[in-house]
Amino acid sequence: MDLLEYQGKQLFARHGLRVSDGRAVTSVEDAVSAADEIGYPVVVKAQVLIGGRGKAGGVKLAADEAEAREHAGNILGMDIKGHVVRTLWIEHASDIASEYYASVLLDRSAKQPLVMFSVEGGVDIEEVAEKTPEKLIRHHVDALAGLSREEAVDIAKQGGADADVIDGVADALVALYEVWLQEDATLAEINPLIVTPEREVKALDAKVSLDGNALYRHPENQELSDSENEDPIERRAKEEGVQYVKLDGDIGILGNGAGLVMSTLDVVAQAGGSPANFLDAGGGSDAEKIKQAVDLLLANEAVKAVLFNIFGGITRCDEVAKGLIAAFEDIKPSVPFVVRLDGTNDVEGRRLLQEAALPNVHAAKTMNEAAEMVVALAAGQSVGAAA
Amino acid sequence: MSVLVDEGTRLCVAGITGREGSFHTLNNRSYGTNVVGGVTPGKGGQDVEGIPVFDSWEQAMSEARPNTAMIFVPPRFAADSILEAAAAGVELVITITEGIPAHDELRVYNTLVREMKNAHPPTRLIGPNCPGILSPGKANVGIIPASFFNAGSVGVVSRSGTLTYQIGNEIAQAGVGCSSIVGIGGDPVPGSSFVDVLELFQADDETELVVLSGEIGGSAEEEAAEYIAEHMTKPVVAYIAGFTAPAGKQMGHAGAIVSGSAGTAAAKAEALEAKGVRVGRTPTETAGIAVEVLGGASLAAS
Repeated sequence: MDLLEYQGKQLFARHGLRVSDGRAVTSVEDAVSAADEIGYPVVVKAQVLIGGRGKAGGVKLAADEAEAREHAGNILGMDIKGHVVRTLWIEHASDIASEYYASVLLDRSAKQPLVMFSVEGGVDIEEVAEKTPEKLIRHHVDALAGLSREEAVDIAKQGGADADVIDGVADALVALYEVWLQEDATLAEINPLIVTPEREVKALDAKVSLDGNALYRHPENQELSDSENEDPIERRAKEEGVQYVKLDGDIGILGNGAGLVMSTLDVVAQAGGSPANFLDAGGGSDAEKIKQAVDLLLANEAVKAVLFNIFGGITRCDEVAKGLIAAFEDIKPSVPFVVRLDGTNDVEGRRLLQEAALPNVHAAKTMNEAAEMVVALAAGQSVGAAA
Repeated sequence: MSVLVDEGTRLCVAGITGREGSFHTLNNRSYGTNVVGGVTPGKGGQDVEGIPVFDSWEQAMSEARPNTAMIFVPPRFAADSILEAAAAGVELVITITEGIPAHDELRVYNTLVREMKNAHPPTRLIGPNCPGILSPGKANVGIIPASFFNAGSVGVVSRSGTLTYQIGNEIAQAGVGCSSIVGIGGDPVPGSSFVDVLELFQADDETELVVLSGEIGGSAEEEAAEYIAEHMTKPVVAYIAGFTAPAGKQMGHAGAIVSGSAGTAAAKAEALEAKGVRVGRTPTETAGIAVEVLGGASLAAS
C-alpha cells in the first residue's frame, strides 16, 4: 500500500524524523488559510501516487496569499498522468544547502533490509545508481539486530555527508529504519533529505509503502490508502476481498490462482487480444463468489468479451458453472463469454453449462483455444457453436 | 527417489483442528502420507479422525517424532509456529498459510538460516503461501490436487499453485510423470528459493528434467539461471508468467510486482535463455518442450 507524501511525513514525524510544518487540504480556501497559518513562503504540493509531479506543474512556491490561492486553484483537479489531484499539502518552504538521498527497503535477493544513502539527492536515484554507483552507499542490515547508530554514522561518512551533519544524517537514518521496521513498511524513502543553511537535516519528501498483510498490527494506518484516487472497481474488489487489477484492454479475464491468471493475460495478449483486467477468484470459490466476480468484471464498460479460465484444484468446476449460471440469471450479460473448465469436477461443470445453454457462452477445451476464441469474439467475429 | 517428501515422511500439522487444516490433512492421509499428529495449543489430547493433537511442537516431537511440519494456522500465528517447529527439531517445515507479513518472513528466514544454522538437524522451510509438495505415488503434503499427476521423472518447482497444475496436467496428458512437484510460494521472502530446490533435483536420481515455473517480481529466476549454468547437468525448461503485467501493480501474489525496470517477465526469460534454458511462451508450449527434451534425454540414455 503506497502512501501519499503527507501521510508518509506524518509517519516520519511520529518516529522523530524532522519534517516541515504543513497541512493537508482539499479546497482552495483551506489551502489559503493553511498557508496564512504556517507563514509565507509556502510550497503547494499535489498529493498523487505518481512520480514527476514537479515537472507536471504540481509543485509550486507561493510567496504570498495571492500566489497561494492561484497555485492551489491550478493544482487542485489537475490530471497528472491519469491521477487527479484531490489533496494538497501546504508546507513552509525550506532553504536548502544540500540535497541528499536516504532509503530503507526489503532486499528480496539478499533477504535482508537494505539502507541506501547518497549525497546526490533530489534527482532520479536510479540514474545515480547507474551512472555513478560509487556515490550510492548500499548497506545491508542484520534483520535480527537492526540498524545500530554506529552503522548509521559509518554510512553517513562513507557516503560523504558534510562533516558537521554526520550526526544529523545518522539520526535520520536510524529514525527512517524505525519507520520501516515499526510501521511494517516494505519501502521508506526520502528524496531529497535536505540540509538547511542552519545545518538542520530534514525530510523534504516521503515515499512509503506499507505491507498490506501487516495492517492488522497497525489499525491507525488502515485509513491511509488513497481511496479517493483509487479506481472505483478496484476499490469495490478490495472491499469484497477479490484480487482485481484494472488494465487498459477490452477482454475481461477471470481465473483461479494468481499465476494462472497472469499466464492467461499473457496468452490472450499473444493471441492478439488486450486484457481489461486481472481477476483472481482465488482458491475454493463457491457459486456466490463467482457471481460477484462476474458482476465486478462487467462493471468495467470497456469489456467486450469475457474469458473464464479455471483449472480446479481446491476450486470445483461445478461450483464455477453454477456461479456463472446464477450470474446469467441475475445480470443477463450482453457480452459473449468463453469458458474453459479443467480440473476438479470438470465433467460435471461442463455438463451443467451445456444443460443451461446460456446465450452466447462458448466452451473451449484448452487455454490456448479459449484465448483465440475470446480474441475473435471481442473483435466482433463469430466462433463455432455455443456451449 | 523424489525430493523432500516420500514414504519416510512423518507429518505433523499446525492448525489441524481448523476447517481447512483438517480437510487437507485428511486428504493428505488418504493419499497415503503418514500423518503422525497435529498441533493446536489448548486442544492437546483430542484427536482428528484418529490423528492425535498436541498442545505444542515440543510435545508433538517427544510423542510422535515428526520429521515434517505443515503450517496451516492464520497469518498472525504462523511465524511463531514455524520457529517452534524448527526449535523442536523438525527438519522440513512446509507453510501453506497465505498473508504472512513480510517482516515476519524476514525474521523467520534469518532466524532459520543464521541463528539456527548449526542446529541438528537444520530446518528447511518451504513457502509460505505455497501449495506444498507432492511426490506422486509416495506422499502429498499440502493442497496440490494429486489426481492430475503421475509418477515419473520430471521435477517441477513453481512460485504459483494453479499454474503448476496447468503445466503438470499437460505433461501428464503427454504420458509423462513427475518425481516431485515443489511449490515455493509467491511471497517476497520465501524460505526456499528456486536454487535450493534445483540443487535437490540435480542430486535426485529419479529426476531427469526440471520444469521451473516463475513469475514477475524479485530476482529468483535470474539467480536460478546463474545456478543452472554453473551447477546443473540435467536439462531445465522454464515458463515465466506476467509478460503483460504493468509496473507498480501487485498481481495477486505479494511477491508478484514489477518495481521500476526490475522484475519483468521479459528480463527473466532473457536471463534464462542467455544461460541456455529453453523458455516456453505458454504453459502448453512449456509442457511440450519438456516432453520433447525428455524424449531426447531418454533416447540418449538408452
